[in-house]
Amino acid sequence: MELVIAITLGVLTSTGVYLILRARTFSVVLGLTLLSHGVNLFLFSMGRLTTASPAVIGLVEDYTDPLPQALVLTAIVISFSMTAFVVVLALKAAVELRSDHVDGEDPNEDRQ
Amino acid sequence: MNHLMIMPIVIPLLTGAFLLVMYRYNIGRQRSLGIGSCLLLVMFGIWAVVQAGVTDYTLYHLGNWQPPFGIVLVLDRLSATMLLLTALLSLFCVLYASRGSDREGSHFHALMQFQLMGINGAFLTGDLFNLFVFFEVLLIASYALLLHGGGRARSRAGLHYVIINLAGSALFLLALGILYGLTGTLNMADLARVIADAPEADLPLLKAASLLLMVVFGIKAALLPLLFWLPRAYSAASAPVAALFAIMTKVGFYAMVRVFLVVFGLDEGAPANETALAWLWPTALITLALGGIGVLGAASLRTLTAYLVIVSVGILLATLSRNDEQLLAASLFYLLHSTIMTAVFFLLADLIGRYRDQGYDRFSVISPLSHRWVLGSIFLVAGVSMASLPPFSGFVSKAWILQSSSRLPDYLWLWAAILVSGLLIIAALSRAGSGWFWRPQERTHKSEPGLDRGRTATVCVMLAISFALAVFAQPVMDYLEAAARLVYQPSGYVDAVLGDYVHQGGEGIE
Repeated sequence: MELVIAITLGVLTSTGVYLILRARTFSVVLGLTLLSHGVNLFLFSMGRLTTASPAVIGLVEDYTDPLPQALVLTAIVISFSMTAFVVVLALKAAVELRSDHVDGEDPNEDRQ
Repeated sequence: MNHLMIMPIVIPLLTGAFLLVMYRYNIGRQRSLGIGSCLLLVMFGIWAVVQAGVTDYTLYHLGNWQPPFGIVLVLDRLSATMLLLTALLSLFCVLYASRGSDREGSHFHALMQFQLMGINGAFLTGDLFNLFVFFEVLLIASYALLLHGGGRARSRAGLHYVIINLAGSALFLLALGILYGLTGTLNMADLARVIADAPEADLPLLKAASLLLMVVFGIKAALLPLLFWLPRAYSAASAPVAALFAIMTKVGFYAMVRVFLVVFGLDEGAPANETALAWLWPTALITLALGGIGVLGAASLRTLTAYLVIVSVGILLATLSRNDEQLLAASLFYLLHSTIMTAVFFLLADLIGRYRDQGYDRFSVISPLSHRWVLGSIFLVAGVSMASLPPFSGFVSKAWILQSSSRLPDYLWLWAAILVSGLLIIAALSRAGSGWFWRPQERTHKSEPGLDRGRTATVCVMLAISFALAVFAQPVMDYLEAAARLVYQPSGYVDAVLGDYVHQGGEGIE
């Protein structure tokens, strides 16, 4: 299971970072979303990986740590709202600046 | 438990929420609510400063959950000083905005209150995850404030600002995840205790976490490779918003002080800390140099002020990285001075820009200027204070920094960077002032618009505070020295927060 989680984290983070470094706002927003997914998964796995053990004390012998679950819940809410905000902002900027380049204008446009 | 302590968070929260619900209120009522809330915050700021002077650490357990299980708010001299500074600054910003710039878009006063809630919370909290949450609160309010009023420049700057801060939040969570995975706690005091006893094998991961945190706070504070969003964002924001943003970079500095000197600082020699501080020293010095060059090369007064913010960040972080109690006290004094003065310059750029016929605050445009004498005198006084010449607070703070750094190794680098950047600031400000006030174009027609007394008075009162800071430098210095001493006794912090928990042997409920 550790290997699967580690590979998933790696793929999510590296694609996220790659997309954030792109020049168009749409791919940057996608990249931020993937990165935050990766981060949330990482935060979740910091409570150690176990299966079939609830986050309740007293029910079973080995319970999982509930705190990372609470943390990741907060982080999901925050990253969700921030994604919504950045989508709207990217749309606003694309309409106002007439370009979806992150700098508001494409430096190579004249050459094409 | 003293419930007054949570007021700096609750008051802006309630005021902001009320203003959002009552968005149909006419602008006069919105303004008076906003100003009233800021006045209350100033009173609580003064209470906090007095309270922290009497008791070293005042604690507030949210929901009465005992640390390290619940979230705890900690008030000491450092956070009290920051609270009072924020409250004063916000009062002036709201007053200035109430003269008209709050009408440029909707919900200005509500956003301002949420921004204050986030800043105050970040200064008070004693829990690292809670710090993240308050960072997000202040960030999302600042996104909206930066865009307030709309326009192409703001959209473009806002996009950069939002994207880099979202990436920063992701890194913050990564660092928190690493720390929690290693230590099983996120309470700052408990973290400090566990990190001090951490086994050798955990050290590389702890170092990684501390460097990640340095990057996160470096984005907020505008440390060298992470500062390029700042000039565009700050010069695009409306004047009162930019003035309030003067405190935002200092939130990053404050978080660095808390994390590096308290959380990672308890261990003897603090090995996790040394790596971070070793990185901080050169980057801060280059930040400082780059800020100086930016000041000289700026094309408008707002951009120039944005680079002044970068200069101040460079000085603060360079002094922090030297890891010395005396120097930290001096840099806290400089923090007070630089926050007020950069805010003054953002407001002044707007004030002068309004009375120039063309060009607003751009240096390249020669234009007739109304009220030359009044505005010129204010600019001269502000310039003298900003350039750290006597008799203003800038001189006192920089002299103190230079003096207390003189016994440390490598102090000549710091001296050179501070003095050269000071010289560049003097050159840039005198060029701007002489161009605007000595050789303005003669007005050929039309009468002068009346001087806006409210805006002018706000700027003058802020300048008076800078002067008062120099006059009453001794008591302020004593207070800040005590604050720095507390920061450098992390064991006192841990004892105060954890108290009985540690004496029971650190075994919680199982």
